[in-house]
Amino acid sequence: MSSRIAAKVQEAAGPLDRQDKVRRRSIFSAFIRDPKALTGLIIFSVFVLVGIFAPLIAPYDPHASTFMPSQPPSWQHLFGTTNTGQDIFSQFVWGTRTSLSVGVGAAVVSTLIAFLIGVYAGLKGGWVDAVLNALCNIFLVLPGLALLILIESYLKNTTPVLNGLIIALTGWAWGARVFRSVTLSLANRDFVLAAKLSGAGSLRIMFAEILPNMVSIIAGNLIYSCLGAILAESGLAYLGFEDVASDSWGTILMWAQNGAALMIGAWWWFVPPGLAIALVCTSLTLMNFAVDQIANPRLRVKRRARKTHVLEGGLQHAAQS
Amino acid sequence: MRYVLNRLLFLVVSIWAAITLNFILPRLMPGNPAAIMMAKFQGRMPPQALHALEIEMGMASDKPMIVQYFDYLRSMVTGHLGLSYTFYPTPVSAIIRQSLPWTIGLLGVAWLVAVVLGTLAGIWIAWRRGSKADAILPIGTMFFQSIPGFWLGLILLYFAGFLHNWFPTAHAYGDDVTPGFNGRFILSVLYHGFLPFLVVFLGSVSGWIVGMRNNMIMTLGEDYVVFAEAKGIPTRRLIFAYAARNALLPQVTSIAIALSTIIGGQILIEQVFSYPGIGYQLTNAVTSEDYPLIQGMFLIIAVATLVINFIVDMIYGRLDPRARRRGATS
Repeated sequence: MSSRIAAKVQEAAGPLDRQDKVRRRSIFSAFIRDPKALTGLIIFSVFVLVGIFAPLIAPYDPHASTFMPSQPPSWQHLFGTTNTGQDIFSQFVWGTRTSLSVGVGAAVVSTLIAFLIGVYAGLKGGWVDAVLNALCNIFLVLPGLALLILIESYLKNTTPVLNGLIIALTGWAWGARVFRSVTLSLANRDFVLAAKLSGAGSLRIMFAEILPNMVSIIAGNLIYSCLGAILAESGLAYLGFEDVASDSWGTILMWAQNGAALMIGAWWWFVPPGLAIALVCTSLTLMNFAVDQIANPRLRVKRRARKTHVLEGGLQHAAQS
Repeated sequence: MRYVLNRLLFLVVSIWAAITLNFILPRLMPGNPAAIMMAKFQGRMPPQALHALEIEMGMASDKPMIVQYFDYLRSMVTGHLGLSYTFYPTPVSAIIRQSLPWTIGLLGVAWLVAVVLGTLAGIWIAWRRGSKADAILPIGTMFFQSIPGFWLGLILLYFAGFLHNWFPTAHAYGDDVTPGFNGRFILSVLYHGFLPFLVVFLGSVSGWIVGMRNNMIMTLGEDYVVFAEAKGIPTRRLIFAYAARNALLPQVTSIAIALSTIIGGQILIEQVFSYPGIGYQLTNAVTSEDYPLIQGMFLIIAVATLVINFIVDMIYGRLDPRARRRGATS
């Protein structure tokens, strides 16, 4: 991990002399040109579109139990029906909206918390840093899902929004740690000192000076937290710790489990939501791969080939054998 | 020595934080869950038990909060975790003793296999940069990591359990064997544990492959490795004694980071397979609103995580002298 941080620090500290705009555009075009990232972006966008246009796409009311129960997929019911006669496809479409909003919302909130705590600690140093860093380390090592379950046990039947908020409030530590170490490497740069001397406040330095220099790290953290939040929310809902009337992929899985979908062989009930979670998470991981590679050029293929090339062919042989 | 003391202090502080969370949370929550629950148990328990509960949940108003807090700390530290309601009057610690071995056994084995195999695979594909294996392994296993573990468990359970009857669908061992050190019991445990093992393994192996691959690529690019290669060091020695040795260091730290995720996954997987470990007990305790059991389970999960973290820190300190000298920044 320390090497990962070191690499990110290096990245952030790297091409500062170039103009911001140029760099940002090159990051974006590098992202789009990477086939992995592009695949991820396309898959994710499809789900986002489904979520946005959920009212238009869903053919029925997701809660209406007016259909034949336990029907396998057909043209009337693309994903079949539940054991109480609800249309699973409509539930799935509305679930897309819920699960994605929770994921994205939690990612934004937790990244913001991580940014504020991590960068502030890095800039201030001294005892402020020591206290915030200790807090961050404690949150980092406390088992996340167990803590979420503990909180859920006191709050009954939480809504997805509340769950997203709890996930964000407990899941910011990893980001804060990365942001802090990047900030430490930037805190004594001339442009930060200049801003300090010219009387800029902490917030201004954080957002105007530090933030533009860690865009790719922030992007990586957003993707990573979104993934974690979607998984955590679906897990909580599956365990039945979310309002059972909510529409989310995890809630569908919870109902499938309670409706004995496994035993009656209703695979159409529990396959789609899980597959959707898997697809969204894969798309996020693919994008994260690309962001990592932009942030850490060493991971790009060819580097080693070039090095061995310097030593000429004989070694290439040794490498092959 | 300073390093050890520093880490030890952190261990104590973080365990204290976990206990304090247990104390504060029920008092922070809106609607006073403790009062609602007390009303529920009124008349179903002997008065002494109710009184003990009141103290635990902070309902005994005759004492100031700070005194309650220190009482609570003392009872936690001395291992008095209270009595479970659902299994009244079984102490929470007895339930922990019962379920902890299952969790540690399942998680420990699956995790160890994933770390060893994943790291070896990572070394291999980093060396064979750009080969077929390098293209397939990270992406292929990454797909399994993106699948939520509990859902993968559901699918396997449906396919190999309900549809084909290859594996049992619940519990840690069959009804027809007597627990103890005998062959039939051990076989039954292995048979029941296989599917959950597979899920934990598939869910975590990718991280080790990709992590080790990336670390290896970093070290393989170092000048000392290139120099050793030029000097004609045998390939095997170059990979393991030169490159992998240094690439392993970040892996050790990843253990600590991955721990929290893998333990969370374990809770869900135990629920899917009705595997009688800590996670299964925790979720059941939430459903039955058994607060002493919930708090106890959370505490034991937290303490286990923190202690493993501490051990990893110690190992890291031994492996990397720089960490010892720098003190405890990481």
